Amino acid sequence: MNRLDQLFNSKKENILNIYCTAGYPNLEDTTSIIKALENSGVDLVELGMPYSDPLADGPTIQASGTEALANGMSIVTLFEQLKDVRKEVKLPLVLMGYLNPVLQYGVEAFLKQCQQVGVDGLILPDLPLYEYEEAYQELFEQYNIHPIFLVTPLTPVERIHKIDSLSKGFVYAVSTASTTGKQSGFGQEQLTYFQRLKDLKLNNPILVGFGVADHQTYSTVCDYVNGAVVGSAFIRALKGSGNLEKTVEDFVTMLKATTLLEHR
Amino acid sequence: MTTSTAAYSIDERGYYGPFGGAYIPEMLYNNVEELRQNYLEITQTKSFQKEFEQLLKDYVGRPTPLYKAERLSERYQTNIYLKREDLCHTGAHKINNTIGQILVAQRLGKTRIIAETGAGQHGVATATVCALMGLECIVYMGAKDIERQSPNVARMRLLGATVHPVHSGSKTLKDATNEAIRDWINHPQNTHYIIGSVVGPHPYPDMVARFQSVISEEIQKQLLSKTCRNYPDVIIACVGGGSNAAGAFYHYIDNPNVKLICAEAAGKGVNSGESAATSILGTEGIIHGSKTLLMQTKDGQIIEPHSISAGLDYPGIGPMHAHLINSGRAKSIAITDQEALEATQQLAQLEGIIPALESAHALAILEQQQFDKNQVVVINLSGRGDKDLGTLMDNLEMLNA
Ligand SMILES: Cc1ncc(COP(=O)(O)O)c(C=O)c1O
Repeated sequence: MNRLDQLFNSKKENILNIYCTAGYPNLEDTTSIIKALENSGVDLVELGMPYSDPLADGPTIQASGTEALANGMSIVTLFEQLKDVRKEVKLPLVLMGYLNPVLQYGVEAFLKQCQQVGVDGLILPDLPLYEYEEAYQELFEQYNIHPIFLVTPLTPVERIHKIDSLSKGFVYAVSTASTTGKQSGFGQEQLTYFQRLKDLKLNNPILVGFGVADHQTYSTVCDYVNGAVVGSAFIRALKGSGNLEKTVEDFVTMLKATTLLEHR
Repeated sequence: MTTSTAAYSIDERGYYGPFGGAYIPEMLYNNVEELRQNYLEITQTKSFQKEFEQLLKDYVGRPTPLYKAERLSERYQTNIYLKREDLCHTGAHKINNTIGQILVAQRLGKTRIIAETGAGQHGVATATVCALMGLECIVYMGAKDIERQSPNVARMRLLGATVHPVHSGSKTLKDATNEAIRDWINHPQNTHYIIGSVVGPHPYPDMVARFQSVISEEIQKQLLSKTCRNYPDVIIACVGGGSNAAGAFYHYIDNPNVKLICAEAAGKGVNSGESAATSILGTEGIIHGSKTLLMQTKDGQIIEPHSISAGLDYPGIGPMHAHLINSGRAKSIAITDQEALEATQQLAQLEGIIPALESAHALAILEQQQFDKNQVVVINLSGRGDKDLGTLMDNLEMLNA
């Protein structure tokens, strides 16, 4: 069974998905960060594949991608790094990236590699729904890679249902119509939107991302939907970290707002 | 603005053959969908067409002349006509598109306009129409281009626009485009993004091509009165994103008697590593929401191009041109920086016209291709060279004697 299904079958609340950019802050940090996240009690990890022209990303994640590329990160290198990750890591892994590098790698070859190294899901924000349905859906199913699509506050209801019907694992709800890392705190408008999402009773669990940065925003989101994705705030924490394990642990503790003692 | 139905036109989903489409994140879906659903209806209303035509005539100065360049024709032993887009208000064809788009934006109820610019020509054309209509204007421009093109930055500011420096990526046109798209994501309701060429997600390539199609519409009428035939044997245009070429080719695309030539920027040479010859160096991929030919690494990272002319310094081409070139309908020829400089000097001295460095790439084709004595060759002179004086002074010794 796909690890995403396993996770969501056994846990329905307070799901914490942390985003990090592969190859950041240093090329070889990818798997140590994944391990540290698992040890700190994170539920799943979304690994960003750095791209030269990331349209949906705000300044923090853009900059981390630029650094990762300068460090030498590529899809080939990433699969190399993930080769043995399943010997040590159990949590579901999702890759997030832009369509062009995946097209150049070859979509089928890419999905096959994902299955081999133990990746469970794929987020390609610029992959149109019609192209997924017509060209790639069968391949995703063949290699048991879950496609995860985005919805925003402006996505019409019928389209949300369509996106829900094509997504597997979870639906990624963008908190505001914005690039990553833009928001600070949620207003009434967002809360109404979270409630609306909850009331739609989608087939898939919902994780909210963009603007979840601290305990307050994390717990607000979890009051409405199944969990949250945290990205820019985590990248900021990693920047200049002298001790990755401690940084990761402190960051997750801060989000969950449990004291260090309780956590241990 | 007519619709053609043949092999080279756009299909319902916004594809030219295998190229085009709308590869955009969900955060842009509403903006792009609103435009897609409305652009044809809006541009086909009587009131729109009347206002568009009136402004092109009284404000832009259309029709632009089709000028028989006698001395140039003599030099190359053929019949060369220059389509004088350089005589448009603001100095290039770019304003045909910004006039059209600002009228669409108004009808969609938008109050805030954003644009990207490289050389600053499209930024100036956008700032101009925003001043004309009294709309807020924000132009994204790479920090590197702001340094290289300071007169155009001053022009935009004088016109009341805010010029927003872009420090991400390589700090040039492609990054300015990314940043404009991000702005649009962050302003999903009140803002219209005026793209400057036939690039970007559907419906932009088609919409911009339609606004520029006035160029070939006029060429048809002008040739008929000058040569007794409404089509030439050859049309030559430079291609950055491809908007002036799209306009010059538009009404001839389905006429097999007309040979279409795209002049691309070879920079320091196609294989020098410093080039912008996209159709030659490019492979199929996705850039700025469109499937097309683009310059990229084998890992699918977009490569920063090089050309002496900032307007051709773009790593992709529009999906229409990718299809025209790939299918063999249009031919692409790469012109180096040096060849463009020589063509600039030649036109200045033979005809008393200083072309934009972009347009000089089209003129330089005359050195590469033989034409017959009785053939009719139209070259789209997309812009004037005033903006390039700084670059010309850095590169032509004769100017500093
Ligand atoms: C005078 C001129 N010609 C050509 C171009 C290239 O654009 P396009 O290929 O869209 O016509 C530019 C762009 O700035 C320009 O200023």
